[in-house]
Amino acid sequence: MREDGGAALKVVVRLASALRVHAGGAPTVELDLPAPVTIGAVIDAVAAAHPAVGRRVRDEAGTLRRHVNVFVGADNARDLDGVDTVVSEGQEVAVLPAVSGG
Amino acid sequence: MVDSLAIDASPGDVVVLVGTTKGLFVLAAGPDRQDWDLRGPWFRGEEIYAATLDCRNGRTRLLVGATSSHWGPSVYRSDDLGATWIEPQPTTLAFPEHTGAAVARVWQLQLAGDAQPDVVYAGVEPAALFRSDDGGESFRLDETLWDHPHRPQWQPGGGGLCLHTIVPDPSGGPRMGVAVSAAGFYRTLDGQTWEAANRGIVAPFLPDPDVEFGQCVHKVDRHPTEPDTLFLQHHWGVYRSDDFGGKWAEIGTDALPSTFGFPVVADPNHAGTAYVLPLTSDFFRCTPDGRLRVYRTSDGGQSWDALEHGLPQENAWLTVLRDGFAADALDPAGLYVGTRTGDVFASPDAGASWQELARHLPPVVCVKTAVLR
Repeated sequence: MREDGGAALKVVVRLASALRVHAGGAPTVELDLPAPVTIGAVIDAVAAAHPAVGRRVRDEAGTLRRHVNVFVGADNARDLDGVDTVVSEGQEVAVLPAVSGG
Repeated sequence: MVDSLAIDASPGDVVVLVGTTKGLFVLAAGPDRQDWDLRGPWFRGEEIYAATLDCRNGRTRLLVGATSSHWGPSVYRSDDLGATWIEPQPTTLAFPEHTGAAVARVWQLQLAGDAQPDVVYAGVEPAALFRSDDGGESFRLDETLWDHPHRPQWQPGGGGLCLHTIVPDPSGGPRMGVAVSAAGFYRTLDGQTWEAANRGIVAPFLPDPDVEFGQCVHKVDRHPTEPDTLFLQHHWGVYRSDDFGGKWAEIGTDALPSTFGFPVVADPNHAGTAYVLPLTSDFFRCTPDGRLRVYRTSDGGQSWDALEHGLPQENAWLTVLRDGFAADALDPAGLYVGTRTGDVFASPDAGASWQELARHLPPVVCVKTAVLR
């Protein structure tokens, strides 16, 4: 429960190693977000805390970069509801580079 | 990932920035341009299509446009010759929200002349122009060009819809030109309104070859003391304009082995002197006859001489892209050519003789030079 009385969800975001340098070196970012929590809200919160991570995950138009995958648990958010995918209690979010790329 | 490296150079030395598809390399030598030191890579794994070394106004600032295939584009700067780098957060080389656009790649970082020692321009994909008034620390979109009524009809070239060439007024005036693939050359005379300036540039790949815009301009360059005179390499054809793009005349049709190519370089010391590097054709983008030859005109394009001493003349099926050729500011000019197969060649004497500076680098997409002050 948050101070304002709303339900809060603790979300752990695991960052790819290439992103950690832009987040102070930490392998994970822990967030307390008001429920329900979507992937879009998770990325917003990560970007607010670590802008250099945020702009590597999605461009300035808000589009998730083509070769970046965001997983909710074991599932790729692209295969679910994209940025509208809801994160459930206990699910870890992982931001990872796709195997594609030059 | 940025490595802890630094360029070993002193005032008066020549620095050559070599952008590749896998990172930035840097060559440095004394003014005689004989003994070169190669360092790098910086920005491992990232494409470096744009780089510049800004020695104006007391700076020694490297600016680099790097694009990660995963993490997107960034502009970095270093004020200590590459030992440390700063990536501004949040970046301002980004489209305003109302445009709905996003920068895909930085294609050009262009310093304005000494009359505007803090101004840096950036050309990006999708085709747009940004300007910095603080030496590249922050940028803003040129909305006058972005709002041009032609823009929705611009079509991408093979490299994407990119603004790859910027020709500022060396005296600091508002006049300026840009080239967009494949929309053509656009100019502003007042700094506010832009016009297509392609009259005379034939577009044989379009139903109407004399269209107002849609030309596939590959590169434009001009002599710093004769800013009215522009040299242009088109998809097909080499052109010159003597009125800053008001009209263009084809040059070199009979004298060059091919009028297809990407770069054109104006000699910084001698007006009327320019260099091109012809490729066989648009369907075979390799040096003609397996020979790497630079062609120089000293009379504004009436005649051309092949420059090949020291360049590979057998089985050299090479490709040089639009920013793979540059000249330094010394006299005689040093010339630098980077190939898509990772070679770098240099001439310390305006093309009379050449030496190989590097081989087996990743594909070279950008070569820029500066003399350290």
